[in-house]
Amino acid sequence: MNIHEYQAKAILRKFGVPVPDGHVCYNGASAREWAKRLGEGPWVVKAQIHAGGRGKGGGVKLARTSSEVQMIARDMLGMTLRTHQTGPEGKVVHRVLVENGCNIENELYVSLLVDRGTSRVTVMASTEGGMDIEEVAAKTPEKIVTEAVDPLVGLTPFQCRKIAFSLGLRGKLTNKAVKLFGNLYNAFVACDCSLLEINPLVVTAEGDLVALDAKFGFDDNALFRHLQIGDMRDFDEEDANEIEASQHDLSYISLSGNIGCLVNGAGLAMATMDIIKHYGGDPANFLDVGGGATIERVTEAFKIILSDRNVKGILVNIFGGIMKCDVIATGVIEAARQVEIKVPLVVRLEGTNVELGKRLLAESGLNIVAADGMADGAKKIVAAVTAAA
Amino acid sequence: MSIMINKETRVITQGITGATGLFHAQGAREYGTQMVGGVTPGKGGSVVDGFPVFDTVAEAVHETGANASVIYVPPPFAADSIMEAVDAGVELVCCITEGIPVLDMVKVKQYLVGKKTRLVGPNCPGVITPGECKIGIMPGYIHKPGKVGVVSRSGTLTYEAVWQLTSIGLGQSTCVGIGGDPVNGTSHIDCLRLFEEDPETEAVIMIGEIGGSAEEEAARFVKEHMTKPVAAYIAGVTAPPGKRMGHAGAIISGGKGTATEKVAVLRECGISVADTPAEMAEALLKVYRP
Repeated sequence: MNIHEYQAKAILRKFGVPVPDGHVCYNGASAREWAKRLGEGPWVVKAQIHAGGRGKGGGVKLARTSSEVQMIARDMLGMTLRTHQTGPEGKVVHRVLVENGCNIENELYVSLLVDRGTSRVTVMASTEGGMDIEEVAAKTPEKIVTEAVDPLVGLTPFQCRKIAFSLGLRGKLTNKAVKLFGNLYNAFVACDCSLLEINPLVVTAEGDLVALDAKFGFDDNALFRHLQIGDMRDFDEEDANEIEASQHDLSYISLSGNIGCLVNGAGLAMATMDIIKHYGGDPANFLDVGGGATIERVTEAFKIILSDRNVKGILVNIFGGIMKCDVIATGVIEAARQVEIKVPLVVRLEGTNVELGKRLLAESGLNIVAADGMADGAKKIVAAVTAAA
Repeated sequence: MSIMINKETRVITQGITGATGLFHAQGAREYGTQMVGGVTPGKGGSVVDGFPVFDTVAEAVHETGANASVIYVPPPFAADSIMEAVDAGVELVCCITEGIPVLDMVKVKQYLVGKKTRLVGPNCPGVITPGECKIGIMPGYIHKPGKVGVVSRSGTLTYEAVWQLTSIGLGQSTCVGIGGDPVNGTSHIDCLRLFEEDPETEAVIMIGEIGGSAEEEAARFVKEHMTKPVAAYIAGVTAPPGKRMGHAGAIISGGKGTATEKVAVLRECGISVADTPAEMAEALLKVYRP
């Protein structure tokens, strides 16, 4: 799960990490009011969407007067912001952050994540603040320093000093950095983060360290113990079908193609998308109904797939282990009763109770093409969709 | 012969009084596995469907002589269950539970250092040595005793590979699901090393997916240390970057961990990579003559 920058900064403030004073606003007038309350300017107005690269897309602007804040906020709210992370369709801005500007002397980068190689939380830092860190990693990997954290002792002061010195920080700034890195680690662990990125972390003319931007990613598996974080979820930022799917315990991701997929197991679901592509088709979604799917869940899965108007055909690919093929078959038949399936439907069943499942489908009177194996299923659905086009 | 488990393995089920735990304990027993009991704190002394229940893992091990455990405990408590089994000296722990917080697993991983326990999973189907011992949730009947080792991050894709092998008459020595989480107990390399050392395993199928770099490291291990033929399949060529594809660990982040990149490294290291998931057994036959 992701959150907005203003929410991220509120969490950081709670953990003692310095951030600029600011406030989220939903209209121009309140943006102006908040600007006056925050200070004397200049201010920065920042579009709040779950994507990076906002500056280049016109989502971050400097204002010298409070009426300028109002104008900028008014224009920004409701606009569709397109950045390299939003895709060509962009994202509509529903909230802006108004905050005090600061005198930037130097821009640094710091992030924390769980490194899979070492199975540890790792701090990454670089002098190349404000840049795309992936680009830095690719072009000048020597400019990135990393420190892996022992989970039993946490991030130690000597590790923080090491990072600070490698960033070229000296004197009082070193101590401030040690405190800041320690607090970032505390926030990361306390909130069960998967990513915490400060880019840029700035050194101000006044000699302070300030987190000018902040990005949090949370471990979905740990949200059960962070209800207040779950409350920060912004449904406007997510795909409507993905939200619907998550409410039925279905793992669904919408894609741009026209062949809907209904599969059990994440690996098999990915492999099904791949084989459709291999035979010249284009998958419309990733959908894992899980190991213990019920007839109701399968029905909901069908409804979600069919609500995507791009879908011109559906491939069901089930390897029943826990999942029994007759349950899937009954779900397919039930779904066909509730929502009219007008597109070609290819079903490949294998595994537990496969004969029963196949018989149920054959006797249902529905227009279903049976497939023998994954390759056969993929070829048949691609052919059917191509023929219909 | 086999790796990790055989007909001598004695297994307890942690979370045996839950519906899932009991269902799969029964399934494993029907398959012929020595399922010797279970653990549910607070229900010690009772018996469910013939399985004696204990309050603690240590007690269960002491009473039953178990040397392996399988965990079906809900995610908030699963990490603790793993550590309890480690503390009780269980040699092999298979954690089936999906959805354990990753920072819990970071601690577990550290806790395992210096201990004799091997952890498989979490978020995995388990381990099976066909005809001898089944620990986990895989359908037993698709397997057949034989000489091909299978290691995979994905459950259903393992079934797919096993089914392809069995359909052409090739049996399996042991099949290990290492799980789809970013931090897990046993890696591809760990399994490859065991398969290489196992005299009865003649060839290996390795199934990977997007995310991380474990497959690339495994490929380098194959090139440098393995004499047995290896075939592979990597899922997720069509997966978009930045999206978690079901498994917590299946995500392309920062342009890293793409399937295309993995396939290229695997091929460079002499591994026969299947173009599609329907051709895993075929890919093996290109490098292995049974």
